[in-house]
Amino acid sequence: MTLSACRAPTLQRHKQMTSQELFDLLGKSFGDKIRRKTEFRETTFTIAADDLREIANFCRDELSFDYLLDITSIDNFGEEPRFEIVYHLYSMPHGVHLRLKLKVPDESGTVDTVSDIWPTANWHEREAYDMTGIKFNGHPDLRRILMWEGYPYFPLRKDFPLEGLPSEMPDIAFTKVTPMEGGPFVTVPSTAGSKDREPRARSPEL
Amino acid sequence: MSQSHVARQLSLEFAGWSFSAALDVVSWSYYQLRVQPAILTSNMAEQRATAYDSKIEGNVIFTRLDAALNWVRKNSLWPMPMGLACCAIELMATAASRFDIARFGAEVMRFSPRQCDVMIVAGTVTYKMALAVKRIYEQMPEPKWVIAMGACASTGGMYRSYATLQGIDQLIAVDVYISGCPPRPEALLAGLMKLQEKISRERSLRNQKPELAERLEKALP
Repeated sequence: MTLSACRAPTLQRHKQMTSQELFDLLGKSFGDKIRRKTEFRETTFTIAADDLREIANFCRDELSFDYLLDITSIDNFGEEPRFEIVYHLYSMPHGVHLRLKLKVPDESGTVDTVSDIWPTANWHEREAYDMTGIKFNGHPDLRRILMWEGYPYFPLRKDFPLEGLPSEMPDIAFTKVTPMEGGPFVTVPSTAGSKDREPRARSPEL
Repeated sequence: MSQSHVARQLSLEFAGWSFSAALDVVSWSYYQLRVQPAILTSNMAEQRATAYDSKIEGNVIFTRLDAALNWVRKNSLWPMPMGLACCAIELMATAASRFDIARFGAEVMRFSPRQCDVMIVAGTVTYKMALAVKRIYEQMPEPKWVIAMGACASTGGMYRSYATLQGIDQLIAVDVYISGCPPRPEALLAGLMKLQEKISRERSLRNQKPELAERLEKALP
């Protein structure tokens, strides 16, 4: 039995397309809405935050990018606009990866949700909100997911200290500043032996 | 005198004996307990040869009350498995057949704090979990002990970050710390044996019943 005969019915609906065909179709359909196309082993399309839902719907329905692998949020501290979001897509039928990247507008600090397009985005967006404070318009349940409700900071922002800040919610949780003497433990990239590359307490310059 | 009269008189006498003499016996035992550092048996060498002879079962063995209490406690420690991270895997291995924590009488893992004696904090305590751990500890009945298993539970370990409590001893009193990341089951067993040693040195009566201990002391000759 050949591999194609084993495929599930849903996967046979589509004609197998190469990544080149898929990306050409995406570029042709949206033209100037694609700000930039970057090739580095995998392909990244930079888009505007306003076009996200339109392009996401097209990617899922027309190009069968049916799997949202992950959502990454980046804090480019000191730049304008500050936050960036990356959507990592995968097409099960075509076996192709695609990244959509956008800058979060500083004035609103919000992006439209894609949790109705890919339900898995629900928790990913909650995590991005919890760690960096980016808000998602139309999210059905935008609460913190790792830290507790009422924690006053966004800990993965670059201006948040690694050792944390004190906070207090009686009977729920508290945090203290962590002593950092002797740490953090870092390794030095080199061709030296494992003894030298072992993570140790080193000054940050090394 | 009828039989019932005899019986009544006997019971009265017995009651009279029990009030004064029982206190004498108790205070005498406590005196022994206080002055004798080791387990006492009368004529120990002679007794030892026959102590478990079925013919004389029911022989009286003298000991310190604390020694007896502690002996009972240390050989039947029921753990509260507070498994929070990878240390919990080693904790499970310790309980399983290869290492067999039952050899030390601590195989009865209870998932209700009301039935536990020792809480084994196995893993990273995040701030989100910290107060829950403390609450479970508070629900355990006295006497209770705590083992901080592994680097994270002892000091926060490699997690020097905003999210991790830097050692469970910041919230509850810890009896035994075990190093390792995670510690091997042998290390946990060694920690358990250390805790048993510690328990056997405790002054249980004075700790748990201070008023009774004081009364007994006053009653001493």
